[in-house]
Amino acid sequence: MQSKMKESDPILEVENLSASTDNLPILKGVSLTVYPGEIHAIMGRNGCGKSTLSKIIAGHPSYNITNGDIKFLGENINSLEPEERSQSGIFLGFQYPIEIPGVSNLEFLRVSTNARRKFLNKEELDTFDFEELVKEKLEIVKMDHAFLSRSVNQGFSGGEKKRNEILQMALLEPKIAILDETDSGLDIDALRIVASGIKKISNAQTGIILITHYQRLLDEIKPNYVHVMSDGQIIKTGESDLALELEEKGYEWTDNFIKET
Amino acid sequence: MVNENLVKDVVKEPYKYGFVTDIETEKIDKGLNEDIIKLISQKKEEPKFLLDFRLKAFKKWQKMKEPAWAALGYKKIDYQDIIYYSAPKQKEKISSLDEVDPKLLETFDKLGIPLTEQKKLTNVAVDAVFDSVSIATTFREELAEHGVIFCSISEAVKNHADLIEKYLGTVVPASDNYFAALNSAVFSDGSFVYIPKGVTCPMDLSSYFRINSGDSGQFERTLIIAEESSSVSYLEGCTAPMFDTNTLHAAVVELVALDDASIKYSTVQNWYAGDEEGIGGIFNFVTKRGKCLGKRSKISWSQVETGSAITWKYPSCLLLGEESVGEFYSVALTNNLQQADTGTKMIHIGPKTKSTIVSKGISAGKSKNSYRGLVKMGTKATGSRNYSQCDSMLIGDQASANTFPYIKSQQPNSEIEHEASTCRISEDQLFYLQSRGIEFEEAVSMMVSGFCRDVFNQLPMEFAAEADKLLALKLEGSVG
Repeated sequence: MQSKMKESDPILEVENLSASTDNLPILKGVSLTVYPGEIHAIMGRNGCGKSTLSKIIAGHPSYNITNGDIKFLGENINSLEPEERSQSGIFLGFQYPIEIPGVSNLEFLRVSTNARRKFLNKEELDTFDFEELVKEKLEIVKMDHAFLSRSVNQGFSGGEKKRNEILQMALLEPKIAILDETDSGLDIDALRIVASGIKKISNAQTGIILITHYQRLLDEIKPNYVHVMSDGQIIKTGESDLALELEEKGYEWTDNFIKET
Repeated sequence: MVNENLVKDVVKEPYKYGFVTDIETEKIDKGLNEDIIKLISQKKEEPKFLLDFRLKAFKKWQKMKEPAWAALGYKKIDYQDIIYYSAPKQKEKISSLDEVDPKLLETFDKLGIPLTEQKKLTNVAVDAVFDSVSIATTFREELAEHGVIFCSISEAVKNHADLIEKYLGTVVPASDNYFAALNSAVFSDGSFVYIPKGVTCPMDLSSYFRINSGDSGQFERTLIIAEESSSVSYLEGCTAPMFDTNTLHAAVVELVALDDASIKYSTVQNWYAGDEEGIGGIFNFVTKRGKCLGKRSKISWSQVETGSAITWKYPSCLLLGEESVGEFYSVALTNNLQQADTGTKMIHIGPKTKSTIVSKGISAGKSKNSYRGLVKMGTKATGSRNYSQCDSMLIGDQASANTFPYIKSQQPNSEIEHEASTCRISEDQLFYLQSRGIEFEEAVSMMVSGFCRDVFNQLPMEFAAEADKLLALKLEGSVG
């Protein structure tokens, strides 16, 4: 894919990235470049390192980068704090969104949105202006206003949690969104809502990485590239039909690639 | 693992109120004996009944032993090494605020409690207590128009001796416990509130306690009486300078609520807590109790305890009147080497009485934070109910939290419900908030205030905002 002519600079460049947690190597030389407007899918068995890759890009403190670089808009972000990455436009949609008891969802969303706005030199929003903004964004994920007065993710169903993630993405308007198994635990209707939400939020300037096990999300959002990960490496990259082939043949088929490499 | 250093940085905000006011004071000699007590009583020109009350209490105290049951460890207090009376030198009789030493006014100004006519807080009447004496009480005339009495307890002894004689020591008898006996013998000042029948106090009343001197103890005494169908909201704030010695604070607070009366008592306690090594700080041994004497009366305690090296405090309710209600909402935050053993007693005596306990303990650093509470249903407390909820939050891996609930029921036709939980600020929660652009410290303080939400909701508005800020300040540098 790198051979194609790109008109603009990449949003995200992961270069030969190796990382470990508790001295256990998880990533073993991952390279991935995302240009504006591109949708990448990363597939692979459980434990292959896909979620770890997403967390490391977002700056999770439990992992150490042992080799390689992560560049965002041309700048090395290896040592940036998670909040700095978020403020500058990296979004991670969690596979398991975390519950924060006692903290109202509305206040959480507002503080988060304002942190991003501050970075962009935009005016921070007071409660009233934020209400207006959030109302508009709730439409995208078809969420009820009542969600805002509850504690962050507390008592939310699986689908509600995932929609809340997409709501955050809508408010933060990231340059790149990494969505970690956003489709897991969703019924067909919720999947459609989430998928159409993602499509509405993304545009020619943004990049998206979808981490998934299933074709059904990719039926809704067609990726430009599909990467197959195994044992901390990307072992095959193809276009969207690779996902179909994978669905048909199963991950056992990819075991052969490991042997080849 | 949450990053230890970051947590420490969050809790390490310097203590803002640690300054000492340089003022000439009148102090009596160190030590405690009958002559000292007589001297205190004489200085305050007290009637005989009060001197007798003090001397009786002192005799009892001499026979008592300092309690050792609390989960606290500290160096033995030398009661002969304390000054029991310390007052800033002022003119004999002060008739208006203009005659108060400007240094004192300045001190309270710096603490955010302006007292002068031009600057005084609107809607809150303040009684300012400096070491052993009350300096000034604002809005007195306005309150008097409604029949509300709000003054220092010394003044009340002079002007309302009948009320003092009738109620003093009826809720917390001198023999109640070691520190209550000590207070009864040597108490110097404090606030007195009387709300007449049918009156809703037109503004919040507030006392601000300031310890200035390093070698004298503070032993204030507060008495609040709410007559039939009256109501009052009372706030209490406390600060002290930073000394490397420990200062003893042993207060007694008594509340009496008659038929259909309601008293709401809120405290934000921010005494100096000592430094990171646990040097210095206030020893806070306080007895607070309310008596719901009347039918359908209600006493509600809410407290935010963030200061003191040691906190030993159990604001309690005696629920005598039929259908009376007791409430206790508490946030206790300890950091570094602070120790807190705090909770409540809900004693259900009358039928259909109801009590609610919500306690939130937050321990950071190497601190120790215990909830200790008693719920008792007496033989006549038919149809009574209690609900208790005790939650602890641990920050870092060196702090400890305990819950000691005592439940005694002599009445089968009553309900007691107790819930307890312990949680830790998890790395995943922090990462989640951070990955949404929220700074580490803000993330911690958001979670802590979220944890305390149920209690903060009970505080008067201005107090709630202050409490939120105070917790954030105290936690600055503690989480990581």
